[in-house]
Amino acid sequence: MTSTERRPAPRWLRPVLWLAILLLLGGLAAAALWPRDEAAGGYSDAFGGAFELVDQNGRTVTDRSLKGQPFAIFFGFTRCPDICPTTLQRMSRLKRQLGPAGEKLRLVFVSLDPERDSRKLIGDYLSLFPVPITGLTGTPQQLARIIEAYHVYREKVPIEGGDYLIDHTATVFLMDADGRFFGALAHGEADDTSFAKLRRLVGA
Amino acid sequence: MKIHASIACLSAILASAPALAGPVSVDSPWLRETAPGAKAGGGYALIRNTGKTEDRLLGGRTSVAASVDVHSMAMDGNIMRMRPVSGGLAISPGGSVALKPGGYHLMLMGLKQPLKRGETVTITLRFAKAGEVPVRFRVEPIDHQLGGGHDQH
Repeated sequence: MTSTERRPAPRWLRPVLWLAILLLLGGLAAAALWPRDEAAGGYSDAFGGAFELVDQNGRTVTDRSLKGQPFAIFFGFTRCPDICPTTLQRMSRLKRQLGPAGEKLRLVFVSLDPERDSRKLIGDYLSLFPVPITGLTGTPQQLARIIEAYHVYREKVPIEGGDYLIDHTATVFLMDADGRFFGALAHGEADDTSFAKLRRLVGA
Repeated sequence: MKIHASIACLSAILASAPALAGPVSVDSPWLRETAPGAKAGGGYALIRNTGKTEDRLLGGRTSVAASVDVHSMAMDGNIMRMRPVSGGLAISPGGSVALKPGGYHLMLMGLKQPLKRGETVTITLRFAKAGEVPVRFRVEPIDHQLGGGHDQH
């Protein structure tokens, strides 16, 4: 009747099984708790990650400090005469169109030109737009980190007179309140398409 | 037959040309307002060539900036690339070229003062054939000509 106990397990098996179970649980916990930006496998983790920069008012802004509110982030430079003001203006307009739901959406501009864009210049530049925009800058090393995290393309193009232009990614990245990649607004995309994405982002 | 058609076409073009306004006309010129301390600005206009031969916009000069160049803006995948237009921007006879947000623009570099909305700035445009054409550009708000200004939805 108690045939299952006919062959008692060896004494050493019990601790080995316990160890196996502990390792398995430990592995599961590590997988669940491991920072998502380290995983880099899934598409949803492909953009974004840890960074530390400073805003136009001198406050430190990090990926962690932005949590709690979804944000739309765009990379450019203040001497960019066309696409940067055009894109920031479009983001401002879409945020306004969201109405009260848009208030929780933060707009973020990251300067790709730390040599020439001072905090003051960035602040003055952003004050031209009808809604508040968080302007970020940092040391070249700090910027390199966020550029890598968002896979942003940036290339200085020298022009006559010792000046330079910057070719750069024109995509607006949408990040959710947990700082995870949610989607993107492509340059030239129809307003209705962008608006629908932003509505889903803010849960309106 | 062909010759007759060409002559007819030509006389039609000549008849519609504005009276002695020169072969090149510049419509709705405007500059985007800039922040205090900004070093670069963008300018736009619709340029028509009512002449019989191609002309080229080479650049310009103004008292408020160190240089005025014609630049193109082109998307390469999701990357924005901006370049000076080498050799000038061609305007075909009877044709027009729009400098507008997201495309060709005048790039003002080395701004000596902010471009304040409502103000007017003279830029002397330089064409290969028409020569120097002074144009008064009005400084407009940052959202000018972007559409969607009426927030419906």
